[in-house]
Amino acid sequence: MNEEMRRSQQTPGRRTIFVWRHSVVTRLTHWLNVLCLGFLLLSGLQIFNAHPELYWGQFGADADPPFIKIGASEINGEQHGLLTIGSVSVRTTGVLGLSKMEGEWTPRAFPAWLTLPSDQDLAAGRRWHFFFAWIFVVNGLVYLWYGLLSSHFYRDLAPGRHELALRYLWREMMDHARLRFPSGELARHYNPLQKLTYVLVIMVLLPLMVLTGLTMSPSVDAGFPVLLDIFGGRQSARTLHFITASLLVGFVVVHVAMVILSGPWNNMRSMVTGRYAIRQDGPDA
Amino acid sequence: MTGLTRRRFLMGSTCAASALALSSCDVPGQNAELGAVLRSAEKLTMKAQRLLVSRGALAREFAEADISPSFRVNGTNKPDGDEYAQLVEGKFASWRLKIDGLVERPQEISLADIKKLPARTQITRHDCVEGWSAIGKWTGVPLGILLKSVGLKPSARFAVFYCADELERTLDGSGRYYESIDLIDAFHPQTILAYAMNDRGLSVGHGAPLRLRVERQLGYKQAKYIMRIEIVANFAGLWGGNGGYWEDRGYEWYAGI
Repeated sequence: MNEEMRRSQQTPGRRTIFVWRHSVVTRLTHWLNVLCLGFLLLSGLQIFNAHPELYWGQFGADADPPFIKIGASEINGEQHGLLTIGSVSVRTTGVLGLSKMEGEWTPRAFPAWLTLPSDQDLAAGRRWHFFFAWIFVVNGLVYLWYGLLSSHFYRDLAPGRHELALRYLWREMMDHARLRFPSGELARHYNPLQKLTYVLVIMVLLPLMVLTGLTMSPSVDAGFPVLLDIFGGRQSARTLHFITASLLVGFVVVHVAMVILSGPWNNMRSMVTGRYAIRQDGPDA
Repeated sequence: MTGLTRRRFLMGSTCAASALALSSCDVPGQNAELGAVLRSAEKLTMKAQRLLVSRGALAREFAEADISPSFRVNGTNKPDGDEYAQLVEGKFASWRLKIDGLVERPQEISLADIKKLPARTQITRHDCVEGWSAIGKWTGVPLGILLKSVGLKPSARFAVFYCADELERTLDGSGRYYESIDLIDAFHPQTILAYAMNDRGLSVGHGAPLRLRVERQLGYKQAKYIMRIEIVANFAGLWGGNGGYWEDRGYEWYAGI
């Protein structure tokens, strides 16, 4: 970032310069991550469908009270899909609990178009999931290693002290809400909301996915029983795995929306080629 | 054993042919080679776990208060057939556990004699491949004690467990439940052949007269209704050649994750 490459579109008083926004490691690991998270999500929903109930604690099966449940029930003689969280149920017919598969209403937690493979096939879902989990972990380690060595984390992601002031953050939030994005010199760096979000995703949510996933492994639990204490049991870890995945889906939705709203072409170019255009005001230097 | 019930399995198998045809639509170019690539992760997982988790590392053992109020019966509820029904009627007095294959002294042991051997009791968590868990208390003889008493030949690599339950009716017997573990797990201190659960004799639902507990792996490895243990060098002669009923149907042989 910040290295001026070349100037173009020289117009009096206004010019566009290109800066290196993303290093090649950041770009490669970013897109590999997109691929992995896509496969992990779809195969994860396939695995979830095998037992669409989540519990809190060390154990949990059909006879135990679920924390979150996606199922189908008969209400007034009609089948409905239901999402139940605690004691609250929401009808989700068509998407969750009950959806059409090849034209037939089928009771299944997540619909066929959201699972990999689309048929109910736990064994295949697990193979996809663990294959991409390995790539995801190796990719993540490469990125973390690079981020520390290249001072990418320190330089680009760590928010400055003044950026963490509540007043500053509030103004940033208001600007984002009005879809006013930083321009000129300010666009050279991530803004504080971006920094905080990326740090949360990179340092908290993604590692949490790996750790809660590993806590579901009986063998890993034998080797590292502390995981069971951290997450409060295998079933709690499974629930947290699902909740964290939902938060990541939420992040991706907002992230993609921001990419589109703040200049899709420029953003995409910078994540593919590394070059990011910045408009500068003022006389030519 | 998983919570895949017989009815669901039969429903599944009738759809199997169409599923095979459809699976090619799911991912472009899905084929045997892709399957082999995806399966490579299983070997990596096993190697990594064997490297990072020591051979003797114990699965967590819980307190009495942690036991699940209701332990879901999974897989078969009760094996079909007169043979098993007669065993139940006779309270398994005529049942014998056969241990053969690559052993020095093949044996047939009665349930009463198994109960005379040193026992181990453990309160552990059972994790189904589908995602649910239940905690139960198991009492049985460590498999290692039995294997030492029969003496393993140098070529021995795996213990195969043949069960009384048949999940799928076939002419070649490939629908009969079977499982296998390697010697690292066979000699693990928590690997026991359980004849009691929650301080009572093992019920038919949970695998009477004898079931395997191999605590660092998933539920489908915990073979119920064990009739025979064969020590083998490889799985070549065993039905699908993958070392287990569910393994022959696409599930991983190493079920540590």
